[in-house]
Amino acid sequence: MTRVHRGARVLAELAVVALFALFMIPFAMVVLNSAKTAQGIIFDPLSWPTDWGRLPRNIGLIFSNSTVRYAGAFLDSALITFFSLVVIVLFSSMCAWALVRTRKAWATILFFVFVAAMVIPFQVLMFPLVRWMRILGDFLHVRLLQSIPGMVFAYLGFGCPLSIFIFHGFIKNIPYELEESATIDGCGQARTFFEIVFPLLQPIIITVLILNGIWIWNDYLLPLLMLGSSGAVQTIPIAVTAFAGAYLKQWDLILTSTLIAMLPVIVLYLFAQRYIIRGMIEGAIK
Amino acid sequence: MRRQSLVKVLFVLPCVFAFTMVILVPFFYGLFFSMTNWNGVSETTKFVGFLHFGKVFTQPAFIHAFLASAAYTAINVTLVNAAGFALALVVTGNLRFRNFYRAGFFAPYLIGGIVLGYIWQFLFNSAIPALGKALSIEALQVSFLSRADSVIWAMSFVNTWQYAGYIMLIFIAAIQAIPASLMEAAKVDGAGYFRRVFHILMPMMANAFTISLFLTLTTSFKQFDMNFTLTNGGPATRFLDQPVMASQLLAMDIFNTAKANRMAEAQAKAVVLFVALVAVSLAQVSINKKKEVEQ
Repeated sequence: MTRVHRGARVLAELAVVALFALFMIPFAMVVLNSAKTAQGIIFDPLSWPTDWGRLPRNIGLIFSNSTVRYAGAFLDSALITFFSLVVIVLFSSMCAWALVRTRKAWATILFFVFVAAMVIPFQVLMFPLVRWMRILGDFLHVRLLQSIPGMVFAYLGFGCPLSIFIFHGFIKNIPYELEESATIDGCGQARTFFEIVFPLLQPIIITVLILNGIWIWNDYLLPLLMLGSSGAVQTIPIAVTAFAGAYLKQWDLILTSTLIAMLPVIVLYLFAQRYIIRGMIEGAIK
Repeated sequence: MRRQSLVKVLFVLPCVFAFTMVILVPFFYGLFFSMTNWNGVSETTKFVGFLHFGKVFTQPAFIHAFLASAAYTAINVTLVNAAGFALALVVTGNLRFRNFYRAGFFAPYLIGGIVLGYIWQFLFNSAIPALGKALSIEALQVSFLSRADSVIWAMSFVNTWQYAGYIMLIFIAAIQAIPASLMEAAKVDGAGYFRRVFHILMPMMANAFTISLFLTLTTSFKQFDMNFTLTNGGPATRFLDQPVMASQLLAMDIFNTAKANRMAEAQAKAVVLFVALVAVSLAQVSINKKKEVEQ
């Protein structure tokens, strides 16, 4: 009995290791082939690279390329993601708290509108959005298209429904007595939120940061439409497609550019893996 | 009291403003544009009613894209949920290094559709044929992306690789919420492993299936990024006696229609996508909710 049991166990462990390898092979193939020349890849995409010194040279080729500003795209992507996350977390949590603590019809209706809007696919919005952003920008005398603030504003609009929904569910379970005693002590509404409620939100803020962060960093269509494929402001996914478009089938360059695009996310994941997994599970329960 | 509600209004204002400008206005603006002759070039537009809606349903390219999206969604929902559930069972079992595996299975989700589309294009077009040659397996030597009958499956395979780890996390959360004593009791009563999974675990986590089915359904139906960089719609094939693109899904058909300066027509197609999406996801959620209650 125990022998059969142990046999089954070893078999199960082997199956998992094989499955794990299957999941990791694409990453390994990118790294291996980023260390080869274009001819080397065509000749044998499966082999171990003969000269690892090729990897830093390929990376150098990407960053020094004159047709695609890779370093600039990197910086723009980082700025857009960072500022979008700041405004999404701040304004969505404020909005969710106000909606939870307002027992009036407008708060219920507004919450319902946010939730209902989540089913609207981006495809219905994208073309009128660009036209509308041009009109709105002209009207307000702000540059919304081809600008980082415009992107941040758009990400706040697209990101806030889900974020408000997640914060709303969390804040509902915070006992009101906590805030009540602060109000009795003469603490104003805004101060109550920032000094009492906001610090309590920390675990769910991680969830909101991760969900939005992964989406914004990898998003393609919104930046493509608002920034253009060769404008002054670029993002990483746009730069990668520009690269692949300019160097058709030159897999050494394309794969190296995907490697660089993945690297920051993978490095962050290696260090913050526990928080990311926990944050995602937290978000899944809702 | 009045000051209190003023603060609350100020607190909701930033989100309401951005949401209105980015989602609400473009949504209704778009509904309007789908009934005009907007071409993206000239500033003036004329109202044409439901003209485009009638027209798109006679286009073989659009019908094909719709059917391809439906097939892709059906395959995807099945594969991703089955794989995600299997992975969740594996990493909640008492294996060594299970947290390590869990982290690995989730990793592909972090990579965006654009980037992983190129990576898999390379794997399908170069690495797998090379493997087929090395092992002398004929079936692997022709790229799965170049055949009209396998390209949708290839895309679903890539999507499963990307999404299974995310769905796995949703299932893990559900499995961990079920009291372990329940599974123990069934084990003592002599129920085998698969019986326990099918008769106790799965009914107990009906709620998680509602969420995971909804997520996989909606994301598959809206698929664009990976479609764009993995196949770009190809290969060419024939449908209703017309040349069409075998793997051009709905979102991509919409995008390409707009690129050809047929903006109003693209917008009408997008409205069709929206209506279909709402109808299918409402049906799915209500069926699942009914099942949840029955348990």
